[in-house]
Amino acid sequence: MSETILSIRGLTKTYRGGTRALDSVDLDIRKGEIFALLGPNGAGKTTLIGAVCGLVRPTGGTITAFGQDLAKDWRRARARIGLVPQELATDMFETVWRAVAYSQGLFGKPSDPARLEEILKSLSLWDKKDAQIRALSGGMKRRVLIAKALAHEPELLFLDEPTAGVDVELRKDMWEQIGALKQRGVTIILTTHYIEEAEEMADRVGIIQRGRIRMVDEKRAMMERLGTTEAVIDLAAPLDAIPEALAGFALELSGGGTRLTYRGGNGQGKGRAQVAELTQVLTRAGIGFTSLDIHDSSLEDIFVGLLGKHEEAA
Amino acid sequence: MHFNLRSAYAIYRREMARAFRTAFQSILSPVLTTSLYFVVFGSVIGARMEPVGGVPYGAFIIPGLLMLTLLGETTSNASFGIYMPRFTGTIYELLSAPVGVAETLTGFVGAAATKGLILAAIILGTATFFVDYQIAHPLLAALYIMLVASSFALFGFILGIWADSFEKLGIIPMLILTPLTFLGGTFYSIRDLPAPWDAVALANPIAFLVSGLRYSFYGVSDVPIAVSLGLTLGFLTVCVIIISVIFRTGWRLRE
Ligand SMILES: Nc1ncnc2c1ncn2[C@@H]1O[C@H](COP(=O)(O)OP(=O)(O)OP(=O)(O)O)[C@@H](O)[C@H]1O
Ligand SMILES: [Mg+2]
Repeated sequence: MSETILSIRGLTKTYRGGTRALDSVDLDIRKGEIFALLGPNGAGKTTLIGAVCGLVRPTGGTITAFGQDLAKDWRRARARIGLVPQELATDMFETVWRAVAYSQGLFGKPSDPARLEEILKSLSLWDKKDAQIRALSGGMKRRVLIAKALAHEPELLFLDEPTAGVDVELRKDMWEQIGALKQRGVTIILTTHYIEEAEEMADRVGIIQRGRIRMVDEKRAMMERLGTTEAVIDLAAPLDAIPEALAGFALELSGGGTRLTYRGGNGQGKGRAQVAELTQVLTRAGIGFTSLDIHDSSLEDIFVGLLGKHEEAA
Repeated sequence: MHFNLRSAYAIYRREMARAFRTAFQSILSPVLTTSLYFVVFGSVIGARMEPVGGVPYGAFIIPGLLMLTLLGETTSNASFGIYMPRFTGTIYELLSAPVGVAETLTGFVGAAATKGLILAAIILGTATFFVDYQIAHPLLAALYIMLVASSFALFGFILGIWADSFEKLGIIPMLILTPLTFLGGTFYSIRDLPAPWDAVALANPIAFLVSGLRYSFYGVSDVPIAVSLGLTLGFLTVCVIIISVIFRTGWRLRE
């Protein structure tokens, strides 16, 4: 499809003390995409980002960014990579403006106040530009970190839980900002614990658990492959068994014959269509029902199901 | 070999800004310390002292006092400059930036040299209120001050990377640097020490630094100026090598 901007092969990291945070990770990131890395606490997300950004020394494996081996050509590559860390680490006594201007210079860019103004305005930080960072709220501090990461106009941007501690409204705002960055051609890799975030923004999703990539796929394909529709139907009168007329549907009878549960479909509307058909069949067969609850499985259900399966296997 | 001049300049500017943010303390504390030393040693005691090597005692102690403050301030300033980012986590930015040891040191050391000169100017300005003195080789003095400031900024940098607690950060300057400076001929010429202490005193590297600066001020010294300069340059080189190794291996910087 599109060209690969970042290619990770066999990346392994064992921390001092023996924790194996990354275990032979292979991953390709495509130019211009938004890639969401999902995984439980301690899965190795931050370590993976740290290895690419120069904060963590890999124990093994290779990282190729922009077609260059990062171990050799790190200087040129790093000038094109931006990082928003998970921890709120800021120079508390610095003003917002100076902190962001420093980042611009540190990454080798000529001073460009107009660009900084644009960045700060887009992150609603313009009126805080002369405030000391310590006087900002947590959500604002995180946006300062984002502004710092954008100051050198990176082509590849890592966002390690960008919306942690950010309120719902601002989170939506931030999604828009991230979408706008993508429009400008920035490739984005983000980690998050909010699955709806990945669902909302990502083109592709990778699931990491215990230092291993469990699955990487197009978000849509993943939902299609693993997505199901579930419908719970409470019956007016109990049934002894599932009637002949309903044999074509994937049904389960429970609650002493008073509850029918449908599970099927493909996360793409097929399930809902089947449920609609099912209700008609029920009516035609004279089987009354008192309530109907229907929902499509989310990425979250997929995620939990997938990790649970591996947990059992492990 | 690449060198990001803009990156180095950004680091330099930030280090300078950090000093100006605490300008009050950075200026007031050397002014106060120097004044106190002059009042006690220069005026009260100095009035009863013989000139040393033809230099009146009050003037004689200026280079030593300058060195005392310069070493302490430069070391602690540089060590904080790198320790705090490690402590707060803001070092992530430096580590992920397209800068290596060359840019980092250029920025840090350049700022330390500048701050050293400013500090020296403050101390020398304060001294004029207490004693009359003239600097024999002002250019040499300025260069020497920058050289010493750079060396001890590097030394402080190593300390700041080595330290894993605030206690360790303060312990080397307090337990080693200050005593050695005091014993290094700040207030006396080590030539005036009785044998064998004059020889023992020369085991103290800081005696060479004080002597070198005193030469640039008054043309008199305990040891030849070339030896002082050579020693300082040697120390600077060793520090640069150590820091290069630290950056190459990522010791205490990268996990
Ligand atoms: N500096 C370190 N020293 C030793 N072990 C570490 C270090 N940093 C992380 N680890 C360990 O490596 C594993 C992966 O940690 P990592 O921070 O990469 O996880 P994560 O996926 O980012 O988790 P979270 O969602 O909580 O941020 C964990 O077991 C963690 O304890
Ligand atoms: Mg993390």
